[in-house]
Amino acid sequence: MKRVGVFVCHCGTNISAAVDCEKVAENAKSFPGVAYSTDYKYMCAEPGQELIKKAIKEQKLDRIVVASCSPRMHEPTFRRCIESGGLNAYLLEMANIREHCSWVHPDDKERATIKATDLVKMAVAKVMQNEALVRSTIPITKRALVIGGGIAGIQAALDIANAGHIVDVVEKEPSIGGRMAQVDKTFPTLDCSACILTPKMVDVANHPNVNLITYSEIEKVEGYVGNFDVTIRKKARSVDLKACTGCGTCIQKCPTKVPSEFEMEMMDRKAIFTPFPQAIPNKPVIDRESCRYFKSGKCGVCQKVCPTNAVDFTQEDELVTERYGAIVAATGFDLFDDSVYGEYGYGKYKDVITGLHFERLLNASGPTMGKIKRPSDGKIPQNVVFIKCVGSRDEAKGKAYCSKTCCMYTAKHATLVREKIKDSNAYVFYMDVRTPGKGYDEFYTRTTDQYGAKYIRGRVSKIYEKGDKLIVWGEDTLLGRPVEIEADMVVLATAMVAKADAAKLAQMVGFSYDQNNFYTEAHPKLAPVETHTAGVFLAGACQGPKDIPESVAQASAAAVKVCGLLSKEEMPTEPIISAVNEAICSGCGMCVPVCPYTAIDLKVIQERVHGKTVSRKIANVNSGLCQGCGACTVACRSAALNLKHFTNEQILAEVDALCL
Amino acid sequence: MSVKEMPQNWEPKILVFACNWCTYAGADLAGLSRLQYPPNIRILRVPCSGRVNPQFVIRAFQRGVDGVLVAGCHPGDCHYVSGNYFTRRRYLLMQRLLQYVGVDPERFQARWISGSEGPKFQQVVTQITEEIRAMGPNRKLRDAQ
Repeated sequence: MKRVGVFVCHCGTNISAAVDCEKVAENAKSFPGVAYSTDYKYMCAEPGQELIKKAIKEQKLDRIVVASCSPRMHEPTFRRCIESGGLNAYLLEMANIREHCSWVHPDDKERATIKATDLVKMAVAKVMQNEALVRSTIPITKRALVIGGGIAGIQAALDIANAGHIVDVVEKEPSIGGRMAQVDKTFPTLDCSACILTPKMVDVANHPNVNLITYSEIEKVEGYVGNFDVTIRKKARSVDLKACTGCGTCIQKCPTKVPSEFEMEMMDRKAIFTPFPQAIPNKPVIDRESCRYFKSGKCGVCQKVCPTNAVDFTQEDELVTERYGAIVAATGFDLFDDSVYGEYGYGKYKDVITGLHFERLLNASGPTMGKIKRPSDGKIPQNVVFIKCVGSRDEAKGKAYCSKTCCMYTAKHATLVREKIKDSNAYVFYMDVRTPGKGYDEFYTRTTDQYGAKYIRGRVSKIYEKGDKLIVWGEDTLLGRPVEIEADMVVLATAMVAKADAAKLAQMVGFSYDQNNFYTEAHPKLAPVETHTAGVFLAGACQGPKDIPESVAQASAAAVKVCGLLSKEEMPTEPIISAVNEAICSGCGMCVPVCPYTAIDLKVIQERVHGKTVSRKIANVNSGLCQGCGACTVACRSAALNLKHFTNEQILAEVDALCL
Repeated sequence: MSVKEMPQNWEPKILVFACNWCTYAGADLAGLSRLQYPPNIRILRVPCSGRVNPQFVIRAFQRGVDGVLVAGCHPGDCHYVSGNYFTRRRYLLMQRLLQYVGVDPERFQARWISGSEGPKFQQVVTQITEEIRAMGPNRKLRDAQ
């Protein structure tokens, strides 16, 4: 026989002013299953809790209803209370008679009391069906995976490693460094980007807790928080990393030249190459698609000249599977394809380039050795036009969002043009100038006032070639007149977009992404580095356009979350999850696609039916992944799936109680 | 009680399925802000609006509830990623089913009320209470009493 105890709280006068608490407690005595019912001034206070514990013992209560404030407020309190009174924490239900009753019906005590009685009746009906639930634990594998070796990935890896945990960094390219390695100087300080990045690259490479896995991609992810089984494809480098000393002889002798991706195709690299001089690991890879040996079987010069016999044409992709407790996605961004703007002539005119091309032109180890020269004829440009918001803030052709960093890097570019080229002009076409950030607006003011960059508020309507000049037509909307500029070079402030394969990774790991394929944080304000998938965190521009300081900050935040997780041996799991009644599950699989956490799969079980062993499929809930939303319970045609603590029976009992 | 006559002092009884993360919190906020609304609603807490099986709604009408509101997070804001999209689809289907069996489909409503929308919660439940009141007691589907 179940014995329910009902405890009605006055909350001082918060409840009792509008609800007759004594009467509610009195009414509750007649509800089925109620063995004891009382009211008290402050149920959550120490004496109130003692009252409950005493009643559990003396009245032999085996489940409790507390009618008081919102369970969002004090459910944990009363769960602890009945637990210390000897009951399972989940044998508690709360009736919310404060927020949902006394506070909203202050002027109608009679009907508020009726409503409070109803709410208690519903809670009693539900608690009669409650079952003791046990929080289980899952073990935590103390190893973290960082996907992406840009500045965000490097920072996250360093922070996790410094906290004493082992980290693997998987980078798709042959070297870590990411976009920041391509950038020449950083705003607002004009620090040389490589000078602040490369020491960090070295730190992460030399860290005893960090394991760099470059030229590799994520192939498969299984499991859940604490226990992700990740398969990594180590692409064939064709160079034995252990034997190679990085002397570079092979690169010198390689006869094949192809445009360098790192240099934005403004310079050539060899088929055996390191992407840039400070690459880590500073050992080459063979690009098999352009290598003569792999295309025609002839050549093999690199192998012949290698003093350590490190070149190995027979290498194959290697798949390794490793278990991780947590994952940080730091996969970065791509650039918007500016060729959709036919009016700017990007892709048609050589001297219309993106901001990232311009970074390489500024860079001392770039294609022009740091001299700003036009890609078409190598002349030093006198008039440089910058166009902002290319691809961003344009719902018609581009992306609706603001790309955030372009205002600042364009100001930086304009400053550097004025600094490096005598008597030059820097014109900036803009929609708005957005410079929030420490020292950012001051930098912009210097660009216009000290360096004399000319800012023109308006859009460019057309760019065309005339002789060796680019004629830029635009409008100055502040003066209300058309503008025509004879430019030598045009730089487009191109929007950051999500990586082309961003969605693929998200689907593989099982977290969500937005309409622009940027990864979605668990809460835009209060959980900016978490994802909806426990154990997966975000860092850097894969979550949205970000500059370097923001990426670094987010990476450190993600690292703290990872360390928090990895600092535990095991993790308690919420027992409010779905459960399958194997006897009636038909294995139809309707629940599988409904689950937002990929927590359900079909498993095969063996059964004895009429003396024969038969196997059949049934749904299987992964308790580590299930978050307890209950979507599957509704999809289940045979009601084989039920959500613990919110079972069909419990909810129907509440519905019945309300009406009877 | 004859089917046709209106019982004296009849007050509509409305069941609200509120998702724990948005609407339940919104209702809590309405309470914290002391926003008054008619005492006709009874809130039943579910983890997600997507947990609401159409069976629960039918059962409520069967047992004599006059109106049912399912309320959850705004589309795109679901705590469980996609639960409210299921709710949205089921809502349209349920209204058609209710119409088919002769229940005024307006007795069943779905709304998106976030945890910060206390005033919206007040406004929605007030409006629905008045609408149901105008419809009178639900007699279709109801168990014989």
